[in-house]
Amino acid sequence: MDLNRVLDIVFGGIMLGGIYGLVSLGLNLQYGVARVLNVAHGEFTTLGAFLTWWLYVAAGMSPFVGLVTSLLLSFGLGWILYRLIFARLQRHVRSLEAFEAACMLTSFGILFAIQNLIILTWGADVRSYSYLPGAVRLGELVLPVNRILIFGVSVGLGGLFYALLKWTRTGKAIRAAAQDRSGAASVGVDVQNVLGICFALGTGAAGAAGSLISITYSIHPVMGFEYTVIAIIVVVLGGLGNIPGSLLGGILLGVVGTAVTYWQPGLAVVAYYLFFVVLLWWRPRGLLAA
Amino acid sequence: MVETKGLAGSLVRSGLALRRAGLALLAVGLVGAPLYLPAYTLVFLGNLGMYVVLTVSWILFAGSTGYVSLASAVFFGIGVYAAVLWRTALGFWVAALLGGLLSAAVAAGMGVVTLRLRGAYFSMFTLGAVELATSATRWGEAHFFGRVGRIVLPVGQETIYYAMLALVALLFATWELVQRSKLGMALRCIGEDEEAAAHIGIPTTWVKVAGFCLSAVFMGCAGAIMATRWTYVDPRIAFNLQLSFIPVLIAVFSGSRRPYGAALGALLFVALEDFLITRLPYHYMLLFGLVMVAVMLYSPGGVTVLAGRWWEQVLAWSRQDRTGSPR
Repeated sequence: MDLNRVLDIVFGGIMLGGIYGLVSLGLNLQYGVARVLNVAHGEFTTLGAFLTWWLYVAAGMSPFVGLVTSLLLSFGLGWILYRLIFARLQRHVRSLEAFEAACMLTSFGILFAIQNLIILTWGADVRSYSYLPGAVRLGELVLPVNRILIFGVSVGLGGLFYALLKWTRTGKAIRAAAQDRSGAASVGVDVQNVLGICFALGTGAAGAAGSLISITYSIHPVMGFEYTVIAIIVVVLGGLGNIPGSLLGGILLGVVGTAVTYWQPGLAVVAYYLFFVVLLWWRPRGLLAA
Repeated sequence: MVETKGLAGSLVRSGLALRRAGLALLAVGLVGAPLYLPAYTLVFLGNLGMYVVLTVSWILFAGSTGYVSLASAVFFGIGVYAAVLWRTALGFWVAALLGGLLSAAVAAGMGVVTLRLRGAYFSMFTLGAVELATSATRWGEAHFFGRVGRIVLPVGQETIYYAMLALVALLFATWELVQRSKLGMALRCIGEDEEAAAHIGIPTTWVKVAGFCLSAVFMGCAGAIMATRWTYVDPRIAFNLQLSFIPVLIAVFSGSRRPYGAALGALLFVALEDFLITRLPYHYMLLFGLVMVAVMLYSPGGVTVLAGRWWEQVLAWSRQDRTGSPR
């Protein structure tokens, strides 16, 4: 294997990994902070992807307009779902483990509802479109313009989410609620509201990632679950509640996936899972944990 | 007051006798069913049997230990592929048996790796295993055999029906045996408090692996039996993610520790599926999702838990009567 191939794989992997990072960051906010194990996470990615495709094909809107639309829409949808469902689940569940199990089962119901709404709205076909098909030449390396753009946007969005958590008042409240719910409540944080925003940020990130995915990959209504599994692996990889860890973990998994796909297309998910098994045995708290 | 209690006691006793007679009648009725039931009803009963097996064998492990396994689809799918590989060469019954044994072997391997994980991590692991099984099988079929799906030689509806009936009967017998055995006690101990169970000398890992394998045997057999009805099989059909979640949904809906209640829950589910899939095929899965959310929100303890509690109260009342009032 020559150097160009290796560079190809590494760059391709990093660009794919940016998207993985964004999807995983969303799940990390939901599971790491709000403790909701949202199996329907990938469905928001599908929703974002289909919305963006539809806006582009039917109305000629740029995918980046689509991105803003799906970010806002999935944020709103996530907030409503949290308030209507997950906040209420908390009331009649005693232990944290029981709450996590209840959330997982409930979100499975949401998974099927969203998936079939998408099928009912846009049909069950595989879709794709072409946007900015050009390429940039860097010495021997040929990089597609749209992928570079996607990578930039996903890392930029990831940074934005990070900054939001780090420097805004809401972000501070989210971190406080993540650390100690009753403590945060006692100093006047409306915990349920804050966790709702946190959950919605998660679905928002998933929706935005879906828009980016639709630009370079073909999309179909049942693709979400694969992204959910990837996000779960990345969250464990980067550490629960660790936002930069999610981005880094996503990029690492993207490189692994691209390398495996180059060697044996179709085995990427198998490789991800084996990676996951080894990781949980070796470092159950994540790669970046002290 | 004493009079009414005595009356209630004898009512309960005759109720129990009635229940036994009812069960015997049901057994006779089910064995003879192909003689007088239309073919369509047999298919319905076969489907029901599949969901009963998946749910009750799931409860057998998860209900007592509290480990929410989502690997049911993996074990079921292994059974399906056992039928694919061996139905023609070795015959239907041997293939079904092999499906069960192979599932148990895989469950043992998976159990050793994953059963050290607690709570959500275990669920995630078993959930990922479904995706792993699907894509590994799809890759293997495409890479080595150059195909997507396969044809399974069918068997008669009656054979499928009797195989499923036998499997359900065997599962219920196993259930009773396990509940009365040391294994059942150990599984329940782990569910109550795993650390305490380890402290009093229960080999927790091995008990969990044994329980996990036992539940996988039945799921694998069910997969092999159903595959011969479907005739065409591909990885997405065999390792259908839904089959991981439906047993949990039925168990939650019907109260997770009672196999007879779970069977009733399965009946309700299959009837609903049957009704909706013919009338509203495109909205069925959407409704399924919404029903699941509604069940989790409004009936977290399960429907039969309420009924069971009520039944126990009646029993306690009559027992009090028997010890408290000499006659």
